Amino acid sequence: MNILAQLALLFGKLSLMAVGGANATVPEIARQVVSVRHWLTPAQFAQLYAISNAAPGPNVMISTVIGAHVAGVAGGIVATLAMILPSGLLVIVVSKGFERHAGARWQKVARAALLPITAGLVLAAALVLTMQSVSGWLTACIAAGCAVLSWRSRLHPLWLLGGGALLGLLML
Amino acid sequence: MQHNRAPGLSHKDLFLGFFEAGVLGFGGVLPIARRVVVEKRRWLTQEQFNELFSLCQSLPGANMVNFSFAFGARNQGLSGAAVAVLGILAAPMAIVMVFGGLYARYGTLGPVRHALAGLAAAAAGLMLGAGLKIAGPVLRQGRNIGIAAAVFVLVVGLRLPLPLVMLLVLPVSLVLAARAVK
Repeated sequence: MNILAQLALLFGKLSLMAVGGANATVPEIARQVVSVRHWLTPAQFAQLYAISNAAPGPNVMISTVIGAHVAGVAGGIVATLAMILPSGLLVIVVSKGFERHAGARWQKVARAALLPITAGLVLAAALVLTMQSVSGWLTACIAAGCAVLSWRSRLHPLWLLGGGALLGLLML
Repeated sequence: MQHNRAPGLSHKDLFLGFFEAGVLGFGGVLPIARRVVVEKRRWLTQEQFNELFSLCQSLPGANMVNFSFAFGARNQGLSGAAVAVLGILAAPMAIVMVFGGLYARYGTLGPVRHALAGLAAAAAGLMLGAGLKIAGPVLRQGRNIGIAAAVFVLVVGLRLPLPLVMLLVLPVSLVLAARAVK
Protein backbone atom coordinates (compact mmCIF):
# COMPACT_ATOMS: atom_id res chain seq x y z
CA MET A 1 0.00 0.00 0.00
CA ASN A 2 1.07 3.55 -0.75
CA ILE A 3 2.88 5.04 2.26
CA LEU A 4 0.57 8.07 2.50
CA ALA A 5 -2.48 5.79 2.49
CA GLN A 6 -0.86 3.72 5.25
CA LEU A 7 -0.29 6.84 7.35
CA ALA A 8 -3.86 8.03 6.77
CA LEU A 9 -5.30 4.67 7.80
CA LEU A 10 -3.03 4.30 10.83
CA PHE A 11 -3.70 7.73 12.32
CA GLY A 12 -7.32 7.89 11.13
CA LYS A 13 -8.05 4.75 13.10
CA LEU A 14 -6.44 6.23 16.20
CA SER A 15 -8.27 9.57 16.02
CA LEU A 16 -11.46 8.34 17.65
CA MET A 17 -9.47 6.43 20.28
CA ALA A 18 -7.55 9.43 21.56
CA VAL A 19 -9.52 9.53 24.79
CA GLY A 20 -8.37 12.42 26.95
CA GLY A 21 -6.02 13.59 24.20
CA ALA A 22 -3.44 12.38 21.71
CA ASN A 23 -1.08 11.08 24.41
CA ALA A 24 -3.44 8.17 25.00
CA THR A 25 -2.53 6.84 21.55
CA VAL A 26 1.25 6.95 22.07
CA PRO A 27 1.57 3.25 23.07
CA GLU A 28 -0.36 2.18 19.96
CA ILE A 29 1.58 4.53 17.67
CA ALA A 30 4.81 3.09 19.11
CA ARG A 31 3.58 -0.49 18.63
CA GLN A 32 2.58 0.20 15.03
CA VAL A 33 5.58 2.19 13.80
CA VAL A 34 8.26 0.32 15.76
CA SER A 35 7.13 -3.30 16.23
CA VAL A 36 4.65 -3.87 13.39
CA ARG A 37 5.96 -1.71 10.55
CA HIS A 38 9.63 -1.23 11.55
CA TRP A 39 9.66 2.37 10.35
CA LEU A 40 11.59 3.49 13.43
CA THR A 41 13.83 1.98 16.10
CA PRO A 42 12.60 2.30 19.71
CA ALA A 43 15.21 5.00 20.41
CA GLN A 44 14.20 6.94 17.28
CA PHE A 45 10.56 6.84 18.35
CA ALA A 46 11.38 8.16 21.82
CA GLN A 47 13.51 10.94 20.31
CA LEU A 48 10.89 11.97 17.75
CA TYR A 49 8.27 11.99 20.49
CA ALA A 50 10.57 14.22 22.56
CA ILE A 51 11.08 16.56 19.59
CA SER A 52 7.31 16.88 19.14
CA ASN A 53 7.14 17.78 22.82
CA ALA A 54 9.80 20.47 22.57
CA ALA A 55 7.93 22.26 19.76
CA PRO A 56 4.88 24.42 20.49
CA GLY A 57 1.39 23.23 19.66
CA PRO A 58 -1.12 20.54 20.60
CA ASN A 59 -0.08 16.95 21.34
CA VAL A 60 -1.10 15.80 17.84
CA MET A 61 2.36 16.99 16.73
CA ILE A 62 3.49 13.39 17.35
CA SER A 63 1.54 12.40 14.22
CA THR A 64 3.08 15.30 12.26
CA VAL A 65 6.66 14.45 13.18
CA ILE A 66 6.25 10.73 12.50
CA GLY A 67 4.40 11.29 9.22
CA ALA A 68 7.11 13.71 8.09
CA HIS A 69 9.91 11.36 9.12
CA VAL A 70 8.37 8.50 7.16
CA ALA A 71 7.12 10.35 4.06
CA GLY A 72 8.28 13.99 4.06
CA VAL A 73 6.11 17.10 4.30
CA ALA A 74 3.17 15.39 2.56
CA GLY A 75 3.42 12.57 5.10
CA GLY A 76 3.35 15.03 7.99
CA ILE A 77 0.28 16.77 6.64
CA VAL A 78 -1.59 13.54 5.82
CA ALA A 79 -0.84 11.97 9.22
CA THR A 80 -1.95 15.11 11.07
CA LEU A 81 -5.18 15.49 9.10
CA ALA A 82 -5.99 11.81 9.63
CA MET A 83 -5.37 12.23 13.33
CA ILE A 84 -7.62 15.30 13.77
CA LEU A 85 -10.45 15.03 11.21
CA PRO A 86 -12.56 12.13 12.52
CA SER A 87 -12.58 13.42 16.11
CA GLY A 88 -12.99 17.02 14.94
CA LEU A 89 -16.04 16.23 12.81
CA LEU A 90 -17.53 14.30 15.73
CA VAL A 91 -17.08 17.34 17.98
CA ILE A 92 -18.75 19.62 15.44
CA VAL A 93 -21.73 17.28 15.06
CA VAL A 94 -22.15 16.80 18.80
CA SER A 95 -21.75 20.47 19.67
CA LYS A 96 -24.33 21.41 17.03
CA GLY A 97 -26.70 18.55 17.78
CA PHE A 98 -27.14 19.42 21.43
CA GLU A 99 -28.29 22.95 21.98
CA ARG A 100 -27.68 22.64 25.69
CA HIS A 101 -25.28 19.96 26.71
CA ALA A 102 -23.29 21.76 29.40
CA GLY A 103 -23.46 19.57 32.45
CA ALA A 104 -25.61 17.01 30.61
CA ARG A 105 -25.60 13.58 32.21
CA TRP A 106 -24.13 11.84 29.14
CA GLN A 107 -21.14 14.15 29.41
CA LYS A 108 -20.53 13.29 33.05
CA VAL A 109 -20.87 9.58 32.27
CA ALA A 110 -18.50 9.85 29.30
CA ARG A 111 -15.91 11.74 31.37
CA ALA A 112 -16.20 9.31 34.27
CA ALA A 113 -15.84 6.33 31.92
CA LEU A 114 -12.92 7.78 29.97
CA LEU A 115 -10.82 9.12 32.86
CA PRO A 116 -9.57 5.75 34.17
CA ILE A 117 -8.92 4.60 30.58
CA THR A 118 -6.92 7.76 29.93
CA ALA A 119 -5.00 7.20 33.17
CA GLY A 120 -4.14 3.63 32.16
CA LEU A 121 -3.12 4.68 28.64
CA VAL A 122 -0.95 7.61 29.73
CA LEU A 123 0.83 5.46 32.32
CA ALA A 124 1.32 2.81 29.61
CA ALA A 125 2.72 5.51 27.32
CA ALA A 126 5.10 6.56 30.09
CA LEU A 127 6.37 2.98 30.48
CA VAL A 128 6.82 2.55 26.71
CA LEU A 129 8.73 5.83 26.37
CA THR A 130 10.84 5.09 29.45
CA MET A 131 11.86 1.67 28.14
CA GLN A 132 12.73 3.24 24.78
CA SER A 133 14.75 6.12 26.16
CA VAL A 134 16.46 4.91 29.35
CA SER A 135 19.77 3.31 28.43
CA GLY A 136 21.85 3.82 31.56
CA TRP A 137 21.98 5.47 34.96
CA LEU A 138 22.09 9.04 33.67
CA THR A 139 19.02 8.74 31.42
CA ALA A 140 17.25 6.89 34.23
CA CYS A 141 17.99 9.79 36.61
CA ILE A 142 16.83 12.36 34.03
CA ALA A 143 13.55 10.50 33.47
CA ALA A 144 12.91 9.99 37.20
CA GLY A 145 13.83 13.59 38.05
CA CYS A 146 11.57 15.02 35.33
CA ALA A 147 8.73 12.73 36.41
CA VAL A 148 8.89 13.95 40.00
CA LEU A 149 9.38 17.61 39.08
CA SER A 150 6.53 17.67 36.56
CA TRP A 151 4.27 15.78 38.96
CA ARG A 152 4.99 17.85 42.06
CA SER A 153 6.15 21.29 40.90
CA ARG A 154 4.77 23.90 38.53
CA LEU A 155 8.00 24.20 36.59
CA HIS A 156 7.40 24.80 32.87
CA PRO A 157 8.01 21.61 30.83
CA LEU A 158 10.46 23.40 28.54
CA TRP A 159 12.89 23.83 31.46
CA LEU A 160 12.78 20.09 32.09
CA LEU A 161 13.25 19.19 28.41
CA GLY A 162 16.09 21.72 28.11
CA GLY A 163 17.70 20.47 31.30
CA GLY A 164 17.50 16.86 30.12
CA ALA A 165 19.08 17.73 26.77
CA LEU A 166 21.84 19.72 28.46
CA LEU A 167 22.64 16.92 30.92
CA GLY A 168 22.77 14.44 28.04
CA LEU A 169 25.04 16.72 26.04
CA LEU A 170 27.45 17.35 28.90
CA MET A 171 27.56 13.99 30.64
CA LEU A 172 26.83 11.21 28.13
CA MET B 1 -25.53 26.87 22.48
CA GLN B 2 -26.30 30.20 20.87
CA HIS B 3 -24.70 32.14 23.70
CA ASN B 4 -21.30 30.66 22.91
CA ARG B 5 -21.16 32.52 19.62
CA ALA B 6 -19.34 35.78 19.90
CA PRO B 7 -20.85 38.19 17.38
CA GLY B 8 -18.92 39.24 14.33
CA LEU B 9 -15.89 36.95 14.38
CA SER B 10 -14.49 36.85 10.87
CA HIS B 11 -12.38 34.08 9.37
CA LYS B 12 -9.38 36.33 9.83
CA ASP B 13 -10.14 36.82 13.55
CA LEU B 14 -10.47 33.08 14.02
CA PHE B 15 -7.24 32.33 12.21
CA LEU B 16 -5.21 34.97 14.03
CA GLY B 17 -6.56 34.13 17.49
CA PHE B 18 -5.89 30.42 17.16
CA PHE B 19 -2.58 31.04 15.40
CA GLU B 20 -1.41 32.95 18.46
CA ALA B 21 -2.50 30.12 20.75
CA GLY B 22 -0.70 27.52 18.59
CA VAL B 23 2.60 29.28 18.07
CA LEU B 24 2.97 30.25 21.75
CA GLY B 25 1.63 26.98 23.14
CA PHE B 26 4.81 25.41 24.46
CA GLY B 27 4.19 22.47 26.76
CA GLY B 28 0.41 22.49 26.23
CA VAL B 29 -1.89 24.86 24.39
CA LEU B 30 -4.67 25.10 26.99
CA PRO B 31 -3.24 27.90 29.19
CA ILE B 32 -2.35 30.18 26.30
CA ALA B 33 -5.58 29.46 24.40
CA ARG B 34 -7.57 30.32 27.52
CA ARG B 35 -5.67 33.57 27.82
CA VAL B 36 -6.27 34.49 24.17
CA VAL B 37 -9.94 33.49 23.99
CA VAL B 38 -11.10 34.63 27.45
CA GLU B 39 -8.81 37.41 28.65
CA LYS B 40 -7.25 39.04 25.64
CA ARG B 41 -9.94 38.85 22.95
CA ARG B 42 -12.95 38.29 25.22
CA TRP B 43 -14.62 35.93 22.75
CA LEU B 44 -16.01 33.83 25.61
CA THR B 45 -16.47 34.26 29.35
CA GLN B 46 -14.52 31.88 31.56
CA GLU B 47 -17.71 29.94 32.17
CA GLN B 48 -18.51 29.60 28.46
CA PHE B 49 -14.93 28.56 27.82
CA ASN B 50 -15.18 25.88 30.51
CA GLU B 51 -18.45 24.57 29.06
CA LEU B 52 -17.09 24.18 25.56
CA PHE B 53 -13.76 22.81 26.79
CA SER B 54 -15.55 20.27 28.94
CA LEU B 55 -17.49 19.06 25.89
CA CYS B 56 -14.24 18.74 23.94
CA GLN B 57 -12.71 16.77 26.80
CA SER B 58 -15.56 14.27 26.95
CA LEU B 59 -15.09 13.41 23.26
CA PRO B 60 -12.01 11.74 21.71
CA GLY B 61 -9.25 13.80 20.11
CA ALA B 62 -6.76 16.44 21.19
CA ASN B 63 -8.69 18.83 23.42
CA MET B 64 -7.57 22.13 21.96
CA VAL B 65 -7.81 20.89 18.38
CA ASN B 66 -11.37 19.81 19.17
CA PHE B 67 -11.98 23.21 20.72
CA SER B 68 -10.81 24.92 17.52
CA PHE B 69 -13.14 22.75 15.44
CA ALA B 70 -16.16 23.44 17.68
CA PHE B 71 -15.53 27.16 18.20
CA GLY B 72 -14.71 27.80 14.54
CA ALA B 73 -17.83 25.90 13.39
CA ARG B 74 -20.07 27.85 15.75
CA ASN B 75 -18.86 31.16 14.40
CA GLN B 76 -18.46 30.52 10.69
CA GLY B 77 -19.60 26.98 9.96
CA LEU B 78 -17.30 24.38 8.44
CA SER B 79 -15.04 26.98 6.82
CA GLY B 80 -14.69 28.66 10.22
CA ALA B 81 -13.68 25.35 11.75
CA ALA B 82 -11.13 24.80 8.98
CA VAL B 83 -9.65 28.26 9.49
CA ALA B 84 -9.43 27.95 13.28
CA VAL B 85 -7.79 24.51 13.07
CA LEU B 86 -5.39 25.73 10.40
CA GLY B 87 -4.57 28.63 12.69
CA ILE B 88 -3.74 26.52 15.71
CA LEU B 89 -1.77 23.92 13.72
CA ALA B 90 0.04 25.86 10.97
CA ALA B 91 3.01 27.21 12.91
CA PRO B 92 3.51 24.16 15.19
CA MET B 93 3.40 21.81 12.18
CA ALA B 94 5.94 23.86 10.27
CA ILE B 95 8.23 24.11 13.31
CA VAL B 96 8.03 20.43 14.21
CA MET B 97 8.71 19.39 10.60
CA VAL B 98 11.81 21.61 10.50
CA PHE B 99 12.95 20.03 13.80
CA GLY B 100 12.24 16.59 12.33
CA GLY B 101 14.25 17.42 9.21
CA LEU B 102 17.20 18.56 11.31
CA TYR B 103 16.87 15.36 13.33
CA ALA B 104 16.95 13.17 10.23
CA ARG B 105 20.01 15.02 8.97
CA TYR B 106 22.09 15.59 12.11
CA GLY B 107 20.52 13.23 14.65
CA THR B 108 23.37 10.74 14.53
CA LEU B 109 26.21 13.22 15.17
CA GLY B 110 27.83 12.53 18.55
CA PRO B 111 26.88 15.62 20.59
CA VAL B 112 23.42 15.85 19.01
CA ARG B 113 22.82 12.17 19.79
CA HIS B 114 23.71 12.71 23.43
CA ALA B 115 21.48 15.77 23.77
CA LEU B 116 18.62 13.88 22.11
CA ALA B 117 19.06 10.93 24.48
CA GLY B 118 18.73 13.32 27.43
CA LEU B 119 15.77 15.08 25.78
CA ALA B 120 13.98 11.77 25.17
CA ALA B 121 14.49 10.66 28.77
CA ALA B 122 13.12 14.00 29.98
CA ALA B 123 10.06 13.65 27.71
CA ALA B 124 9.45 10.14 29.07
CA GLY B 125 9.63 11.59 32.58
CA LEU B 126 7.13 14.31 31.62
CA MET B 127 4.71 11.65 30.37
CA LEU B 128 5.10 9.76 33.65
CA GLY B 129 4.48 12.98 35.60
CA ALA B 130 1.35 13.61 33.51
CA GLY B 131 0.21 10.05 34.13
CA LEU B 132 0.66 10.44 37.88
CA LYS B 133 -1.21 13.76 37.85
CA ILE B 134 -4.14 12.20 36.00
CA ALA B 135 -4.07 8.98 38.00
CA GLY B 136 -3.86 10.60 41.43
CA PRO B 137 -7.45 11.83 41.74
CA VAL B 138 -8.90 9.18 39.41
CA LEU B 139 -7.56 6.15 41.21
CA ARG B 140 -9.23 6.85 44.55
CA GLN B 141 -12.16 4.66 43.50
CA GLY B 142 -12.01 0.90 43.15
CA ARG B 143 -13.72 0.72 39.76
CA ASN B 144 -11.26 3.24 38.36
CA ILE B 145 -8.25 1.29 39.61
CA GLY B 146 -9.63 -1.87 38.00
CA ILE B 147 -10.25 -0.18 34.64
CA ALA B 148 -6.90 1.65 34.58
CA ALA B 149 -5.01 -1.51 35.57
CA ALA B 150 -6.84 -3.57 32.93
CA VAL B 151 -5.96 -1.01 30.24
CA PHE B 152 -2.33 -0.90 31.37
CA VAL B 153 -1.94 -4.69 31.33
CA LEU B 154 -3.74 -5.16 27.99
CA VAL B 155 -1.60 -2.45 26.34
CA VAL B 156 1.90 -3.05 27.72
CA GLY B 157 1.59 -6.60 29.06
CA LEU B 158 -0.33 -8.35 26.29
CA ARG B 159 0.50 -5.68 23.69
CA LEU B 160 -3.00 -5.83 22.22
CA PRO B 161 -3.96 -3.29 19.52
CA LEU B 162 -5.65 -0.20 20.95
CA PRO B 163 -8.94 -0.70 19.02
CA LEU B 164 -9.30 -4.13 20.61
CA VAL B 165 -8.47 -2.77 24.07
CA MET B 166 -11.13 -0.07 23.69
CA LEU B 167 -13.66 -2.62 22.48
CA LEU B 168 -13.02 -4.72 25.58
CA VAL B 169 -12.75 -2.01 28.22
CA LEU B 170 -14.95 0.89 27.11
CA PRO B 171 -18.35 -0.87 27.44
CA VAL B 172 -17.47 -2.07 30.95
CA SER B 173 -16.23 1.39 31.93
CA LEU B 174 -19.37 3.05 30.51
CA VAL B 175 -21.68 0.72 32.43
CA LEU B 176 -19.77 1.25 35.67
CA ALA B 177 -19.74 5.03 35.14
CA ALA B 178 -23.44 5.14 34.26
CA ARG B 179 -24.20 3.40 37.55
CA ALA B 180 -21.94 5.68 39.57
CA VAL B 181 -22.94 9.04 38.04
CA LYS B 182 -26.21 10.38 39.36
